[in-house]
Amino acid sequence: MTGVYIASDNIITSLGFTTTETIDKFRRHSIGLQMISDPALSPVRLPLSCVDTLLLEEKFRSLVSSFYPEFLNTAFTRMEKMFILSIQDSIHNSGLNLKGEETILIMSTTKGNIDLIGEEKKNLFDPKRLFLWEMARVIQDFFRLYHSPIVVSNACISGSLAIGIGARFIRSGKFRNAIVTGGDILSKFVISGFQSFQALSPEPCKPFDISRNGLSLGEGCATMVLTADETIISGDKITVAGFATSNDANHISGPSRTGEELAFAIGQSLSEAGIQASDIDFISAHGTATVFNDEMESRALTLAKLNDSPVNSFKGYIGHTLGAAGIIESVATIQSMNSNMLFKSAGFSESGVPEKIRVVEANNPANLIYCLKTASGFGGCNSSLVFIKQ
Amino acid sequence: MQNHLITGWGVIRQNTVIVDGQVKEIHEKFITFAEFIKFLYKKEQVGYPKFYKMDNLSKLGFLTAELVLKNRDLKNNYRSEEIGVVIANSSSSLDTDFEYFETIKDKNNYYPSPSVFVYTLSNILIGEICIRNQLKGENAFLVSEYFDPGLITSIVDDLMRNNRIQVCICGWVELFREKYESFICIVEKEERLKHNNENTLNYCLLTKENLSRLCLNNGI
Repeated sequence: MTGVYIASDNIITSLGFTTTETIDKFRRHSIGLQMISDPALSPVRLPLSCVDTLLLEEKFRSLVSSFYPEFLNTAFTRMEKMFILSIQDSIHNSGLNLKGEETILIMSTTKGNIDLIGEEKKNLFDPKRLFLWEMARVIQDFFRLYHSPIVVSNACISGSLAIGIGARFIRSGKFRNAIVTGGDILSKFVISGFQSFQALSPEPCKPFDISRNGLSLGEGCATMVLTADETIISGDKITVAGFATSNDANHISGPSRTGEELAFAIGQSLSEAGIQASDIDFISAHGTATVFNDEMESRALTLAKLNDSPVNSFKGYIGHTLGAAGIIESVATIQSMNSNMLFKSAGFSESGVPEKIRVVEANNPANLIYCLKTASGFGGCNSSLVFIKQ
Repeated sequence: MQNHLITGWGVIRQNTVIVDGQVKEIHEKFITFAEFIKFLYKKEQVGYPKFYKMDNLSKLGFLTAELVLKNRDLKNNYRSEEIGVVIANSSSSLDTDFEYFETIKDKNNYYPSPSVFVYTLSNILIGEICIRNQLKGENAFLVSEYFDPGLITSIVDDLMRNNRIQVCICGWVELFREKYESFICIVEKEERLKHNNENTLNYCLLTKENLSRLCLNNGI
């Protein structure tokens, strides 16, 4: 069977515009969640992880004027600018020609250009831009990609699902390369919804901690170039070795009581990768810091016999980035593997979940060969990805 | 080469309902989708009160699945984890997004509700189908401008060939501003049906041509 190799990646969040910048911030325990008072986003002050708008504009303008002057007079949305910068960085670093018919672009998002809703009268953008396929077409046109992109919108597992679908396409030989990207932006729309659920923490979120009190929202974008072409990889080769999803069939907005469905997805992904739970060196969990999510995950990890593997949640740094979370945190996992470093689970000091799990309490060097990225979301969906360093 | 067969399918489109090639006669005329789908729900005697809490997109997908699944006994032949759901559409949850936006656009009339907000994710409809039928296998919700039978076929074929699932409920469930169209089918493995001594002659292969033919409801 064809191997699926990670050729390059990028992360854009409050912590920076490249993977290197982001990892450097993790090393220094830099927290991207800041207390924000912005009536355009929320009637109350709350912790958010925001991409720096001035820097985003500046970087985008510089990219277009240097390399894409034909788009100097074209308007792009905030979300599209993040996608373009993230994809550009990954394509550039991949060393691959990705313009041909061997490459597919897979985009994941929950809400895409949702900040355009209600802005129709301003006439800045065609209201069609709210349709995810139209946003995808704009990105395809920018990079002159051969195929129409595939768009995945599956709540908070969207990013992981996009990686999984990309990996399956490469493994089956349908495509040789996949540019997988995921993004979501902060908006009044999404923040008000989570507020109505009373799901937001008044202080930066504390995954798995005893005093956790809800999630914190973030925004961002990440991209990963997957390829069957092993020869272009220099340094450590990291593969997408296993992937599975499952559904709780229990509740549309609450997690499973038992965690057995997430545990099932984990088991399926491990067996696809041909490894055992005891092989796992590190788990990047979903860890939203809501009471019920983190409880469920501790139960799932126990059922999957993963109590002894170090686990963290990156959400303490960058919040919950929704449709981007699966891919942003997968890239963070891959960089943990590249640098052989376990990153502290920010916000955690004392365990507050029913099952005993090993939450990473300080940055620690560790030899990371087999790693797991899990995610769960509204609609009862769960996902599990296995990455292996060869 | 493993064969994947379409063992059941249904279409609901602008006052038209077709299940496994049989047109369900509907003589009444309806102005709105809400009236039509409520009528159909009662006519089919579904008896699932949670239906009333769903948004229009979920009602459409749920009821289409209900009509299709009624004709197949999946529960006795498969485990929950062996059944997956793969759905696509064009406008994701935009119909409900606009409804939700009405509740937050005016500072003086601000009443966001979690029960509307939750439906601003298109895959909630997969969740509703999974809860009703206790389906716990693979999930995917995809968005494309038009129904892309080639994409659905390749994703479902791959999941089944790799034994990730043994059955897939898949199709297209689109609804935006009173325009609606849904097509859902059941895909099963030929070898498993034969093992259960089922006559498979009447089923067609999962191919993009067959999917688009059935979706356009020219029958099997």
